Amino acid sequence: MKNKLFENIMQAIFLILGLIAVGFVLLISFYLIISGIPAILEIGVFKFLFSKSWAPTSPQENFGILPFILTSIYGTSGAVLIGLPIGFFSAVYLSKFAPKKIKLIAESAINLLAGIPSVVYGLVGMLVLVPLIKIIFSLPDGASLLAAILVLSLMILPSIIKVSINALEAVPKEYEYASLALGATETETVFKVSVKAAKSGIATAVVLGVCRVVGEAVAVIMVSGNVANMPSLFQSVRFLTSAVASEMAYSSGLHRNALFSIALVLFLFIMIINITLNFFIKRDRKG
Amino acid sequence: MRKTISVVLSIVLFICLLGCKNNKNVSTDGSTSMELIIGALGEAYEMKTGITVTYNPTGSSAGIKAVSEGRCDIGLASRKLKKEEIENGLKETVLALDGIVIIVNHKNPVGNLKMSQISAIFKGEIRNWEQLGGDKGEIILIGREAGSGTRDGFETATDTLHKAKYRQELTSSGDVITTVSKNAFAIGYTSLSSVKNNVKTLRIDNVIPSEETIKNGNYKVQRPFIAVTNENKPLLENSRNFFEFITSEEAEDIIRFAGVFPAG
Repeated sequence: MKNKLFENIMQAIFLILGLIAVGFVLLISFYLIISGIPAILEIGVFKFLFSKSWAPTSPQENFGILPFILTSIYGTSGAVLIGLPIGFFSAVYLSKFAPKKIKLIAESAINLLAGIPSVVYGLVGMLVLVPLIKIIFSLPDGASLLAAILVLSLMILPSIIKVSINALEAVPKEYEYASLALGATETETVFKVSVKAAKSGIATAVVLGVCRVVGEAVAVIMVSGNVANMPSLFQSVRFLTSAVASEMAYSSGLHRNALFSIALVLFLFIMIINITLNFFIKRDRKG
Repeated sequence: MRKTISVVLSIVLFICLLGCKNNKNVSTDGSTSMELIIGALGEAYEMKTGITVTYNPTGSSAGIKAVSEGRCDIGLASRKLKKEEIENGLKETVLALDGIVIIVNHKNPVGNLKMSQISAIFKGEIRNWEQLGGDKGEIILIGREAGSGTRDGFETATDTLHKAKYRQELTSSGDVITTVSKNAFAIGYTSLSSVKNNVKTLRIDNVIPSEETIKNGNYKVQRPFIAVTNENKPLLENSRNFFEFITSEEAEDIIRFAGVFPAG
């Protein structure tokens, strides 16, 4: 009887703790929707999303966030394009081919990389990468979309590598033995058997990476130049995240509300990415 | 029963708080650039008298409007009043002067620029340092984000308001200084109080920015921090005392501490 009571109490406590997380998600969603909608309605949905000019403080004010949206899409795609192959092949090497010693060193290095705060990535990018890009491509200034993509692709490496390694190591050894026994080489076994079996885990790694990139603001502000241009590889650009973060401090009135609207757009972006990728992962698991 | 009592009590408390607010606090409203100075002054005043000073950062024009409509006691603006605002019965009192310095990389041989040249540079009409007697290289404009008080002050003083074509818009003085110190062809601006040795400060029309040249008006890239009061509606006792405090000699050190020069 006493045990039963204890069980119930513990269950209630865990339920409440679980609900706290859900509650916060709902709270943030409601807050973003309530504070983001007015400015969108005032500016006009179409004009807000598809106008190319962002001039919040000029007398002919204009609140078009198309440059931010496109920059975020290009930047994320670029970072995943560079980060995913590197991360994926590192994970394959570390989980299947690497000697124990190398694996140990590499894994602790990756853990360290994951623990570096994003402002440090930004600072190193600003002091090393930006001047380097300026010299290599003989540009007048190195702060550009390219700099942001490179920093972001470095930032997603740890999550891609770690989650992929876990997925690859969860593949039952018997699958691999069977493949090897049938005469497949080690490389064939890894890519045709292990990777296939770990597919959904690797897809999860991609989702995590994409979400980290889309939501990153601090490092990006410091290396991308932060001007509301239409995106181009060597131009100074502004992401959705940096648009919110950089102008929030001194904004007021419609300008401030428009920043909340950008945050809402960003939120929807992340939701869409999550839902689409989850859909594919679930479909693959069933299939 | 218990619930009713607590509800009643909290309503009473709330009304009490409202009441206290109305006759005790001093409310200020306006320029976001004055956050530091009014924060420092308000805090010192609260320590001295126990009266709270509230500050609503809305921007110079909004602050001027608020005081003329009686929504706050003292308005704060980082620009001079316009003619029609003075005609409406508003009065400005200059509290402090803020100098904005133009900075370049130490490798840049240019040491002096004319006001008209600065204006042309930031509008994108002059694009190469060669045209200004420097080394050949595209001029890289480093500025602040929209809404920044330093940006507004700089653009107003140099007649480039909303016309400047920046290569980078950074969010803090520190970032502007670091970027300029890393790029030999960059030019940027920052408040005189935050400038560091790793960048070169330019003379403008051959005037070196300093407290003296800013006060006598020879250094032109500057702006006043003013307190706006309504002539038609005399200040209540607390607000009047606060106003006297911020214009007194006692406040000068606090103003200097906030990184600007007292007007007195």
